Amino acid sequence: MTQLFRHTGWMVVRQVRNLMREPIWIAMMVIQPMLWLVLYGQLFKHVGAQGASNGTYVEFLTPGVVAMNAFFGGMWSGMAMISDLDRHVIDRFLAAPTARVAIVLSQVVRAGITAILQALILLVVALALGVRVHGGVAGWFVVFAGAALLCGVFAGFSHGIALLMRKEASMIAAANFVGMPLMFLSSILVSVALMPGWISAIARFNPVNWGAQAMRNAILEGGNWGATGIYLALLVAVAAATSLFATWCFRAYQRSI
Amino acid sequence: MDAIVAEELRKQYKDVQALDGVSFAVREGEVFGLLGPNGAGKSTTVRVLTTLTRPDSGRAFVAGEDVVRNPSGVRSAIGYVAQDSGVDWEATGRENLLLQGRIHGMAGKALHARVDELLGLVGLDDAANRVARGYSGGMKRRLDIAIGLVHRPKVLFLDEPTTGLDPEARAALWVEVERLAATESLTILLTTHYLEEADRLAERVAIVSRGRVVVEGKPEELKRNLQGESVTVELRETNGHVEHAERVVSSITQDVFVDGASLRARVPNGAEAIPAILGALDDAGIEVAAVTTARPSLDDVYLHYTGRDFAAEDEAGK
Repeated sequence: MTQLFRHTGWMVVRQVRNLMREPIWIAMMVIQPMLWLVLYGQLFKHVGAQGASNGTYVEFLTPGVVAMNAFFGGMWSGMAMISDLDRHVIDRFLAAPTARVAIVLSQVVRAGITAILQALILLVVALALGVRVHGGVAGWFVVFAGAALLCGVFAGFSHGIALLMRKEASMIAAANFVGMPLMFLSSILVSVALMPGWISAIARFNPVNWGAQAMRNAILEGGNWGATGIYLALLVAVAAATSLFATWCFRAYQRSI
Repeated sequence: MDAIVAEELRKQYKDVQALDGVSFAVREGEVFGLLGPNGAGKSTTVRVLTTLTRPDSGRAFVAGEDVVRNPSGVRSAIGYVAQDSGVDWEATGRENLLLQGRIHGMAGKALHARVDELLGLVGLDDAANRVARGYSGGMKRRLDIAIGLVHRPKVLFLDEPTTGLDPEARAALWVEVERLAATESLTILLTTHYLEEADRLAERVAIVSRGRVVVEGKPEELKRNLQGESVTVELRETNGHVEHAERVVSSITQDVFVDGASLRARVPNGAEAIPAILGALDDAGIEVAAVTTARPSLDDVYLHYTGRDFAAEDEAGK
């Protein structure tokens, strides 16, 4: 067990350090969420507050954009696995006494760390735009936890797909095919109350929606803490399930080589 | 004790029988070569021995540990240098080595000292703190080998160590491997489809063809066992004459192989055989452009044991 944690730690260090050497990646990571927030905030300005306490759409949108970033970040995180597979770094780890789970887990943790950083950036920008986190310290914590978990759910899924497909083109197609519908079948941009019945029915089972709702409860005034807890618990369960799926896909990959 | 034992290894991928009963043994401290053309099953054998894949049947032991029953015991005892580099391009040479050492449970001063030692050993001192993306093919390869050695393994696997390198880098790596074999007191299993590489580096070789070991022994012995010399006859014109010429030469000697407009044959004594061969071809009205003789190479050994030409088989296996 301690070996698992040690190996996961070293692998996370490796991935984060490698990413820090990509200035363009850092710039994109910082700028992209701001762009979403500003663009969507402008585009849907007249849609209205949708229950936001201070009457702006931006306050409603902020948790939505945090959720969107977290889940897209997770969804695309499998690309790193494909690059490691292509460079045979994975084989090198597999022929050494590496804790197998650490290889997948470290990727999920790395994606989660990125999601938390982006959530932090978004909240700071949102504060400048007049948004307040009404849940206080606990509210901030819920946003970070929600972002990390939501990212983890899709990072597990993404790494499973990466290990099964092992091709960048297939991976991009799969991520778009699954990602875009999940975004529009959630309350990221539009509140549940304004959705057509069939979409809100589907959204109830959409992890993206759970994350967006949990974070929205934490940011808007009078959020429902009970529901927030349930959403976070559901995300923990699904993140564990998709990480297990990725680990299973890892075995499938090993059988195929 | 044998450092590596493979017994009747079989492995099938979909409709390809990659291993069809591979058996051989490598003694402790030996440099052993698995020699064969592309697609012969060398890399699959190495993947079984390094626990990356499981055999369908058969058994194998590396450093005394069973690769199927105790894979983690094997992993701790081996270094693996894959055919395709396993270098992390975005990390420096030093970081690559440190991570590999940590995976093997090394830490602190001992790890740093070992990493410095290896960087010196493979001549990467100056490039140690540069990101590996900028390394040349030869440098990446040397880093790969250092990665395989960081934990002082008992057995080192080098899968096609010089494939993709230019001749100069290849020669440099050969010197490197010879030096490592001497200084690190290792058992080395290397696979190669370069006959000269096996000849140069390996104390003993197993020739692999279509998933089986066809012969095993010291390169010198294998060549000596093929008594005589190899004669190559180049014909002046190919049209229709090649098959005829093959029949004529086959009536005089054995192991005749046709490649384009030239015939290769093995004879007990070149000086005696050449007049006979030339006379017979002349009688048959076939014109000869050139004749050369040579001591048998591993090429001839391969032809003798498999009945197939190494280069042609290698090309077909790509």
